[in-house]
Amino acid sequence: MEIQELSVKELRDNIASHQISSVEATEVIFKRIEQIEPVVGAYISTFKEQAVAKAQEVDKKIAGGKPVGLLAGVPVAIKDNMCTTFGATTCASRILENFHAPYNATVVEKLLAADAVIVGKTNMDEFAMGSSTENSGLKRTVNPWDTTRVPGGSSGGSTAAVAAGLCFAALGSDTGGSIRQPASFCSVVGLKPTYGRVSRFGLVAYGSSLDQIGPITQTVADSALMMNVIAGHDPVDSTSVDEKIAPVCDYLEKLNEPIEKLKVAVVPQFNSGADEQVQKALSEAIKVYKHLGAEVIEVDMPHLDYAIAAYYVIATAEASSNLARYDGVHYGYRTENPQDYIEVYSKSRAEALGKEVKRRIMLGTYALSSGYYDAYYLKALRVRNLIRGDFDKVFQKCDCIIMPVSPTPAFKIGEKVADPLTMYLSDIYTIAANLAGIPSISVPGGFDDTGLPIGLQILAPAFTEDKLLRIARMFETQTDWHKKKPPTFVTRESCNK
Amino acid sequence: MTELQYKVVVGLEIHVQLCTKSKMFCGCAVEFGQIPNSRVCPVCLGMPGVLPVMNKQAVEYAALAGLALNCQIATFTKWDRKSYYYPDLPKNYQISQYDLPLSSNGHIEILLDTGQTKKIRITRAHLEEDAGKNLHTAGDFSQVDLNRAGTPLLEIVTEPDMNSAAEVRALAVELQRMVRYLGVSEADMQKGHMRFEPNVNLVITKAGVEYRTPIVEIKNLNSFRALERSVDYEIARQLDEFMETGKTMEPGTKSTRGWDDVREETVLQREKEEAHDYRYFPDPDLVPVEVTGQWLESIKTQLCELPLVKQMRYVREYGLSDYDAGVLTAERSMAELFEKSVSLGGGPKRVCNIITQDYLKIANEKGCNVVDLGITPSTIAELARMVTIGQLSSTAVSTISAITTADLTKTPTQIAKEYDLIQKSDAGELEAIVEKVLAENPKAVNDIRSGGKKSGKARGFLLGQVMQKTEGRANPKVVSEILARKLS
Repeated sequence: MEIQELSVKELRDNIASHQISSVEATEVIFKRIEQIEPVVGAYISTFKEQAVAKAQEVDKKIAGGKPVGLLAGVPVAIKDNMCTTFGATTCASRILENFHAPYNATVVEKLLAADAVIVGKTNMDEFAMGSSTENSGLKRTVNPWDTTRVPGGSSGGSTAAVAAGLCFAALGSDTGGSIRQPASFCSVVGLKPTYGRVSRFGLVAYGSSLDQIGPITQTVADSALMMNVIAGHDPVDSTSVDEKIAPVCDYLEKLNEPIEKLKVAVVPQFNSGADEQVQKALSEAIKVYKHLGAEVIEVDMPHLDYAIAAYYVIATAEASSNLARYDGVHYGYRTENPQDYIEVYSKSRAEALGKEVKRRIMLGTYALSSGYYDAYYLKALRVRNLIRGDFDKVFQKCDCIIMPVSPTPAFKIGEKVADPLTMYLSDIYTIAANLAGIPSISVPGGFDDTGLPIGLQILAPAFTEDKLLRIARMFETQTDWHKKKPPTFVTRESCNK
Repeated sequence: MTELQYKVVVGLEIHVQLCTKSKMFCGCAVEFGQIPNSRVCPVCLGMPGVLPVMNKQAVEYAALAGLALNCQIATFTKWDRKSYYYPDLPKNYQISQYDLPLSSNGHIEILLDTGQTKKIRITRAHLEEDAGKNLHTAGDFSQVDLNRAGTPLLEIVTEPDMNSAAEVRALAVELQRMVRYLGVSEADMQKGHMRFEPNVNLVITKAGVEYRTPIVEIKNLNSFRALERSVDYEIARQLDEFMETGKTMEPGTKSTRGWDDVREETVLQREKEEAHDYRYFPDPDLVPVEVTGQWLESIKTQLCELPLVKQMRYVREYGLSDYDAGVLTAERSMAELFEKSVSLGGGPKRVCNIITQDYLKIANEKGCNVVDLGITPSTIAELARMVTIGQLSSTAVSTISAITTADLTKTPTQIAKEYDLIQKSDAGELEAIVEKVLAENPKAVNDIRSGGKKSGKARGFLLGQVMQKTEGRANPKVVSEILARKLS
């Protein structure tokens, strides 16, 4: 087995038992980045020198028999909307292209404390607004399975990097599906934890009440391992949950224990909008769970149809306020020769923010304007509550809900750029989990006839990530989808086809 | 010209900076006069990715002020974002409280010149973060100092219950005294700890018809003087304008004016109240605040007797004048010194005189508070007792008080003895001296005995002679008594 084929857990154990050195693994990754990255375009920045230095440090610690962290020596990537004191934190926006954060995000601190080796920062839709990574203001990322297709978004750089073997795991952020949808497009495991489970401190905000950081990995076990590193209360994030109320557990500990008398819910009325092949994959998944002895029930969630509408009001309203600070005054891009301070604002923003970002700022500004607030923002909050209620009711009857991640597999680059509404609709299955704040995972769930990956989404009640991961693991034990690697993973030649 | 009567209507918005150690939503120190941008961190700089964490002390201070203002304290309150673009506001939104303020529906009493009190209703008092400061001293560029950004502010809004500039001033002064008593703000005007924005208009009655002049908001006043004068100026200006143009209040006629301290006039800033849309919405980065009964009770224990109540009690209980009571209650520490001295046996009026006339004078010369002189209540009580029993003249009190501040180890009695300042009150000893003076001045004695115009003057002369012979240390009261007895 090649080093890049190892899971995080396997690599970590191999490093700990001196089978492989962290420097070796890190050099393999940078060699692959040299070869494959020009095609995939997953990274905005990489930190070879720093990564090798960290790997050496970890190797030295291990050689000296010193205690090491949970991710000792494992090369990982982070989405470029998490602040780091090294390199820039761009959010794939020209307005922050040269922004160097004076502090590390809490999750970055946690990765470093766990002795992870940070390879680089990955591409994304500008400010995480998008579903294809095409809205990056800095570069293009392609799908490792088909380089004419998008990797999904907004964490497309992170999922492409994991899928193409350019790191062993990555962090993404998910506001309306930005971890799960690209995970499904790239056939990797993507977990959006419960809102409040992982600190948002240092995550550049898009929709603050929806944003959540989560792991992107090759296996469910790696997702659990990453959660062991990043989950927990953070005193500098008031919205991170008190562990007395919702304790963090060892997500790996019972991972291989199946849930007894598992009850899985499906929402037939909601799934009918998906592509035939996606529906077929879901049917297969239902069979898998039935085969495992689970009871599958059909439920009705009448308010899910309004999720997209509510989401695009709430997320854009929050975004319009969150992004007001990028004004050319204090940091980031500033227009040349402004006539007055109003021009500093208007021209800096006009010149350096992308089209989709501007569109969402305008939508959100409108929704919050006096006279419209009640009709849009307040109403959206009410819809959000109804959707939460739908989930509460369903979860009284089952352990989890399964549904597609995206109505289609990865679409062609450029296919939906001109039609934002169609693009928005690709989030139809993922948004509800953000509105309800509940955890949701995308696991490799098959391939369509042309060989494009299809993900399976599993949703569970708030703060039951442990259970959710076990349910996902049950599926993984019965399928081989996660073992299949994209052509880019193997050689450079094959990805140039 | 027809008869014209008018009534002044003023409501006030007051920003009070709370004296917490750290800022409202981050750990930066709240310090005035530091090197620009030296008291900042990623949070108050509004860097990407940062999150606010509420300062609990600020909420407690604000609630305490709300209680003192007789407000209802919300059991559930939250934070809202108020959006506007300005270079001193790093996030381009201010974290404030919109529809669920911490405190609402209260009132404050103010003391009028007539000695009567008046109730001014408080609409609301909410917490928010202050902005930074734009500096325009660098030629072509403006600079921004964000040391102040994120400082906790209590915004107090009154109903339009004030009817003169003097009342506006009285409220401002009362509020300053109150927040200082509560220890929630230093309320130092020079440091911008209190800023006022009065809303002024007139209700004019002309030929039996009532007219209302357009409301003017005067922005950002930071002294009592500017507050009072700007309101007075505005009253006169609105009256003139009404007589000239007849303009009355209509939707959209509210304007904003600034105060020119040099020319002593208000200057138009914004003609029509722009339809400002702050796009308030709940801040998703902060959780709502639940003020539990238990928490509120613990805050209530920090309440104290408020200054005006104290002042009126001093008049009632101790028979002090309004003026003296006002001076004593200006600072809580001074009032406490007064009360302790009285409780140790000092007569209230004597203690008042010793504090307000002697020690306050010394403190003012030194530029400090009376309590900073280090004088103990027992020293003051002792001084007061010595005056009461006739041991000390007022001159002697001044001398001793000056010495006590220089040497805290000596008691007034020790000093009086050391400097030989104790008055002769021994009737026997003084009687001999009086007899000697009477014998030496038969003419004056005669003048008194014959009554008439000269007798008063002669009495004074004889008293003076006795004082001279005792080098000023005779108790004038005792001498007068002896004189009166001898000459009756």
